[in-house]
Amino acid sequence: MYAFDFERPSTIADAVKALGQDDAQALAGGQTLIPSLKQRLAMPSKLVSLAGIDEMRGICVDDGGRVCIGGATIHADVAAQEHYPALAALAGNIGDPAVRNRGTIGGSLANNDPSACYPSAALASNATIVTNTREIAADDFFTGLFETALEDGEIITEVKLPVPEKAAYMKFEQPASRFALVGVFVAKHSDGVRVAVTGASNGGVFRWTEAEEALSSNFSADALEGMSADASNMISDVHGSGAYRAHLTGVMARRAVTAAG
Amino acid sequence: MPQVSMTVNGKAASGEIEGRTLLVDFLRDNLGLTGTHVGCDTSQCGACVVHVNGKDVKACSVFAAECEGAEVVTIEGMAGPDGSLNAVQQAFQDHHGLQCGFCTPGMVMTAAALLQKNPKPSESEIRDYLEGNICRCTGYHNIVKAIMAASGQDAGQVAAE
Ligand SMILES: Cc1cc2nc3c(=O)[nH]c(=O)nc-3n(C[C@H](O)[C@H](O)[C@H](O)COP(=O)(O)OP(=O)(O)OC[C@H]3O[C@@H](n4cnc5c(N)ncnc54)[C@H](O)[C@@H]3O)c2cc1C
Ligand code: FES
Ligand code: FES
Repeated sequence: MYAFDFERPSTIADAVKALGQDDAQALAGGQTLIPSLKQRLAMPSKLVSLAGIDEMRGICVDDGGRVCIGGATIHADVAAQEHYPALAALAGNIGDPAVRNRGTIGGSLANNDPSACYPSAALASNATIVTNTREIAADDFFTGLFETALEDGEIITEVKLPVPEKAAYMKFEQPASRFALVGVFVAKHSDGVRVAVTGASNGGVFRWTEAEEALSSNFSADALEGMSADASNMISDVHGSGAYRAHLTGVMARRAVTAAG
Repeated sequence: MPQVSMTVNGKAASGEIEGRTLLVDFLRDNLGLTGTHVGCDTSQCGACVVHVNGKDVKACSVFAAECEGAEVVTIEGMAGPDGSLNAVQQAFQDHHGLQCGFCTPGMVMTAAALLQKNPKPSESEIRDYLEGNICRCTGYHNIVKAIMAASGQDAGQVAAE
């Protein structure tokens, strides 16, 4: 690891100020960033810890019934909330207990790892990502592998998720990394069904629109019988071919629909 | 160099660190508490698990500077002042829950955290909670037995899958 300065602000305003300096980077749970620093994949001059900012932690429900989660809220706290059970189940299956005691929802969304779990929940739930300057719809937030709409120095302060009528996340776990080989989040909203797929595509998390259409008229696993996602842009690696991932997308989507009830 | 202060195993501890000093290095190098092990240094193995403000975390993936003012408990803080083993440690000894012992500090700290939240976990809850703790020797069965026994349950029921 290269040397860097360390700052621990207690307000969003101070964090934004500290991040305005050259090569400063936000540190949330560090469960992705600390390993990257060790590998010298990141070399910030300063780390700005978000962990001491009380206004970025906690979970509540707003007047519109949306679950609002502070950007620096740890996975374990999301797993323990009861407002949105499918989201709690997803959070409770990320990595292992020690990872869940440090890793945060904001860190996961900002990182946008193509195999991470939260991006699929944000996309399928039609979440709004709130930053220190604006609100971004999940549909506009994820822009590619490890790429998001966030500007330099912009931080996720809160995530607002509408709670679907029915929802479930099914993850086919890659046993060594504990990330998703393929994960599918299915959400039935009053105005339609959204299906988001993680782990599978070279473009990162995506909405599987064919499945959404099939489920909108008939919300049952039968509606997806024989369907699998387009294999042409799927990740192919030692863990599975693109065709295998495309096949798993259908399997996981059917299981998710069944689990959602 | 910046200074950090925290409470480790009930005692005030402070020292000079760099921004990049990991909690595990502060514990081992500054405080000489070498019971916390580094197996992988990549947050995979759980040998370095300690408790920070009551939560089990991987000390190789937390900076010392993040623990300013925190209450930290390491494996050295588990036994009584007279050296008597606590219930989890004693059960690991009784049920042969270790062979080389390298993973054991992390196993004990993780098991203790589980039992604080869930005093009578089922076998599958125990196996689930140990997801991030890797043991290259025991095959896990005796570790699971030890945790069953430490929680006052019948260790004889553990299935050898
Ligand atoms: C063993 C292991 C298993 C894991 N398994 C899974 C899994 O199954 N599923 C899964 O989804 N993830 C998994 N993870 C990743 C884990 O969820 C991480 O915690 C998460 O991806 C990153 O969150 P963090 O809070 O640790 O962020 P950090 O590592 O601190 O930061 C990650 C990146 O996001 C930026 N950042 C952090 N917070 C913000 C913010 N609020 N606003 C803007 N930018 C920010 C940082 O600058 C950095 O670039 C695993 C990790 C480990 C070590
Ligand atoms: S040394 Fe920390 S998890 Fe392996
Ligand atoms: S006893 Fe040797 S690694 Fe667990």
